[in-house]
Amino acid sequence: MNLNTITEVRRVTGRGNEDFDWRDGDGWLAGGTWLFSEPQPHLRRLVDLHGFRWEPLVVGEQGLQISPTCTIAQLYALEAPPEWTAARLIQQCCHAFLASFKVWNTATVGGNICMSLPAGPMISLTVALEGVYTLRLREGGERRVAADEFVTGDHRNVLQPGDLLRSIELPTAALRRRTCFRRISLTHLGRSTALLIGTLSPQDGAFMLTVSASTVRPVRLVFDQVPDARSLRGRLRETIDDSMYHDDVHGAPDYRKHVTYHFAEEIRGELSRAA
Amino acid sequence: MSYHVNGKTFSNEPAPGQCLRTFLRELGWFGVKKGCDAGDCGACTVWLDGVPVNSCIVPAFRAEGRRVTTIEGLAKDGELHPMQRAFIEAQGFQCGFCTAGMIMTASTLNEEARQDLPRFLKGSLCRCTGYRAIEDAIQGKKSIEDDRPGAACGANLPSPASEGIVTGKVRYTLDTGIEDLLHLKVLRSPHAHARIVAIRKEAALATPGVHEVFTWEDVPRRLYTTAIHDDHLVDPDDTYMLDDVVRFVGQRVAAVVAESEAAAEEGCRRIEVDYEMLPAVFDPEEAMQAGATVIHDKKGEDPFIRHYGRNVLIDVHGGVGDVDAGFAEADAVHEAEYASHRVQHVHLETHQTITWLDEQQRLNVRTSSQSPFIAQAKLSHLFSLSPIDIRVFCERVGGGFGGKQEVLTEDLCALATLKTGRPVQFEFTRKEEFVGGPGRHPMRVKVKAGARRDGTLTALEVRIVSNTGAYGNHAGETLYHGCGESISVYRCPNKKVDGYAVYTNLPPAGAIRGYGLTQPIYAVESAMDELAGALDLDPTDFRRLNAVRPGDPMLSMSEEPEDTEYGSYGLDQCLDLVEKALARGNGVAPPEGEDWLVGSGSALAMHDTAPPTEHRSTARLSFGADGNYHLAIGTCEFGNGTTTMHGQVVASVLGTTASRVRLVQSDTDRTGYDTGAFASTGTSVAANAVRFAAEALRERILDFASRHSGASRDACRLDDDAVSCNGSRISLSELLAAAREEGQQLEVVRKAHGAPRSVAFNVQGFRVAVHRVTGEISILQSAHAADAGTVINPMQLRGQIEGSVAQAVGWALYERMVFDDEGRVVNPTLRNYRIPAFADAPRTEVFFAESRDAVGPLGAKGMGECPVNPVAPALANALADATGVRFRELPFTPDRIYRRIFEHHAV
Repeated sequence: MNLNTITEVRRVTGRGNEDFDWRDGDGWLAGGTWLFSEPQPHLRRLVDLHGFRWEPLVVGEQGLQISPTCTIAQLYALEAPPEWTAARLIQQCCHAFLASFKVWNTATVGGNICMSLPAGPMISLTVALEGVYTLRLREGGERRVAADEFVTGDHRNVLQPGDLLRSIELPTAALRRRTCFRRISLTHLGRSTALLIGTLSPQDGAFMLTVSASTVRPVRLVFDQVPDARSLRGRLRETIDDSMYHDDVHGAPDYRKHVTYHFAEEIRGELSRAA
Repeated sequence: MSYHVNGKTFSNEPAPGQCLRTFLRELGWFGVKKGCDAGDCGACTVWLDGVPVNSCIVPAFRAEGRRVTTIEGLAKDGELHPMQRAFIEAQGFQCGFCTAGMIMTASTLNEEARQDLPRFLKGSLCRCTGYRAIEDAIQGKKSIEDDRPGAACGANLPSPASEGIVTGKVRYTLDTGIEDLLHLKVLRSPHAHARIVAIRKEAALATPGVHEVFTWEDVPRRLYTTAIHDDHLVDPDDTYMLDDVVRFVGQRVAAVVAESEAAAEEGCRRIEVDYEMLPAVFDPEEAMQAGATVIHDKKGEDPFIRHYGRNVLIDVHGGVGDVDAGFAEADAVHEAEYASHRVQHVHLETHQTITWLDEQQRLNVRTSSQSPFIAQAKLSHLFSLSPIDIRVFCERVGGGFGGKQEVLTEDLCALATLKTGRPVQFEFTRKEEFVGGPGRHPMRVKVKAGARRDGTLTALEVRIVSNTGAYGNHAGETLYHGCGESISVYRCPNKKVDGYAVYTNLPPAGAIRGYGLTQPIYAVESAMDELAGALDLDPTDFRRLNAVRPGDPMLSMSEEPEDTEYGSYGLDQCLDLVEKALARGNGVAPPEGEDWLVGSGSALAMHDTAPPTEHRSTARLSFGADGNYHLAIGTCEFGNGTTTMHGQVVASVLGTTASRVRLVQSDTDRTGYDTGAFASTGTSVAANAVRFAAEALRERILDFASRHSGASRDACRLDDDAVSCNGSRISLSELLAAAREEGQQLEVVRKAHGAPRSVAFNVQGFRVAVHRVTGEISILQSAHAADAGTVINPMQLRGQIEGSVAQAVGWALYERMVFDDEGRVVNPTLRNYRIPAFADAPRTEVFFAESRDAVGPLGAKGMGECPVNPVAPALANALADATGVRFRELPFTPDRIYRRIFEHHAV
């Protein structure tokens, strides 16, 4: 929709290190697919990140580096090295979008992360794959933050106004893990009510469970090995307080909790057979 | 900067925050539609450098220097794109509003993607079709048949608008460029109940571009109802255009008229309003209690309100026989309450109007309505204008489903034009549809039913409490309808009915497909299933035993019969057809895993073929010098398919092809009166007027041909473009010329009325799989049998039924308007109010009973509406059969049903 209070679009060039003279009423514009989908009467100026021309995806020894402006379509099309067994999560998480492939053509990975909805599948993906985000701070300098510490609540994250998500790194070790993915929504292919990902290290058998969508922020449980059912339930109970289960039209909190436990157990079962 | 659209270059500059959709429309590419304006529905899909995007969420400046292709640019050198042709051949549309976006999406899919349409079409919403016809189009199936002279009735003829729809050239309400256009935006109430103490509009008026700000002090202080009925006395006059009391969150407080939408929005933000808060009530049972806040305190002003002190707008009480005696005779009595929630139409074209004054200073109103004539009457009432000074007309309307049986945009738009003398546009946003548009009346329906051991019903008692929201538009008529066929379909000597329509501080409900019947039918048909279960009887046999048969009086609230008759009867066949279909199965297995519970269920519904209140239509039909028949009919086309069907009726009676019939529709200047396109009257009333006109014109032509040729009248018959007189053909054009020489025209006018009325029947069956743990429901089989009388266009009728079933599945399984504690709609967007997407809509096997109606045109009965009626109870019954758990509160979303199922099946 038209954002009628916008009076200026600042189309940046350079690499993103310059001073943007950030002020009230400014907003970062990546793909714009969320920004333009709701009224934004508080915004006056958009700072267009497209001008940075950041390399969308860099595959390297260290792992995968994703730029925030990488579109979902570009990420989906990534041909990952065959030893990255966990890369199939990329497709699974892209399909977890309520948004269609048409939106993927312009929506960005960074946009989804910074919107910080409980059901943001790029959050699920990067938390499950032990991602690290680099933030460019408004006052200058950079800060690295673990993906599972970035989102702090429904539509909330650690960014301060003017801060910018600069890059997302997924380490090779995580990309080489075995994975198990479960998701449910109240409509077919709708917005996620719960999205759980289990990963298993082929080296040491370490197990990780990422709970997202059902909780207001993503939660990652780390185990030395695949736990038994009882300890998994215990850890879920200890870590996720009932108040953390998200409540909106895409699922009641008691239901989200119920399916979280159900999927957690399914994932545990599947990965313990693989271990 | 330059923009390249469909091979043309434009140097126009978009506003900084403008989206590509509106920019393209400003450049004249009206094929780019607005459904949601939020990237959810896909109606605005265009290509950027060949890649499909939702143009409503793409910043316009991003298209700079790139190639934009809209639906208008898809055909090359006058040759339709194969996908455009495919959509015509499969008739993959009804209202056509989603079609441009659908084609711009589908035409980019490769073979692999076409095998995965649920995924690739999830961002392309269609509210009309139920997607089967869209799938057919994409897979290249052809459904249309040839248009042969005299063979139109029963043929699968395409919509005459087909090519215009697939090329984006058909004009909907706002698809026109008007110079000097002003825009109107509305400030809506943030409070559920409050008195406006003061409104300061100075700051708004000082906003650059703002011309007018209207508040309650600026509008005629004249009560009316926004509901559209020929007889305005059936709805309470409880509404002012703008009021000094707001009774729901979202009620209009003020209107701002400005040079641009942006300025009008800014003007709205600058209006300062002081409210005095009043207590609000949202639950109708609470509202009915003594001491509840009084929502309409208009004692003496509006005689319609029955118990103004208790917020009861209207209550009805009646019955036949003696229910106490009946229950005493029963071997089993079932009693339970069933709740239906508020759902929305979600027609893809929102409410919208453009008004202007013509050279004669007449008010012209181009609007998205189901009834231009009643809109005209209302504007005449509100502004004390003669109807002669008002022209209201509709272009093609992008869906209605009853939502446009309401005057919601025309009045303020007209006010603005009358005050400024300028053309004015008022376009609802998608959010406004939810907060300021109508929806279904939430109803709680208590059913008590008793039967003997052999299944014979002995007593049926129903109590309905309907929540009409803050205003009473349609409250009375939906309540009466709800108390009608849901009960009269059962032969039972003792019945008792109590109904209440109650004011609350929720947004006003209104007309919606099914019109008050879906809710009580959900209750009664669930209860019948439960009662049959209690007697250990097969529910279908139970219905067979108790449902009315020709000869039985159709009674509900009194012994006095209505003007309804058995013009035809196909319920018995419908029950058989669905029972056999479910027994046969369709080979679809439940999803993999041991947790799926499978069961089936069905339900029946009866629906009067026309409304009980006054309904009339006028058809003018002539043969013209261009060699075509010209039909002028006041009813509207919004995907209901009446245009196609009316053409077929004319062609059938006049022995010609439908292609020879040209239509003018829905225009108070150019057509005779028509009450409106609602209550299935496009068939039962308008098509009857068309039939009467066609028969009269046939007589006139043959009479004239007989005199002209000297052949006996009996030896003359119509033969496509000629009359065959004793074997020699005289062309109609020659006859017309001869007639004109005698000062005659080959033209007739005929009228039809909504009485007498007949009844139509629908039976729906489902086989479902339900996940024991997650509560997910998978529809394995959907079968629907319709008693439609003569089927004039089987393909189109099938489409109406499939679309109805899909919409009703949405209402039963997915859709729910949620309100917070203060009466605010929580989910006024399509991403949060989920209508069925491709993956959610079942494929429905459609069967037709063989019947021919004595009342309807060519023996036909309307079917645009009634197939929704049995869907929710059939799902409830299948769900209960699968799980052993009965759910009595819609909708059946997994999070609302899982717990009881899980506990019932706990290992």
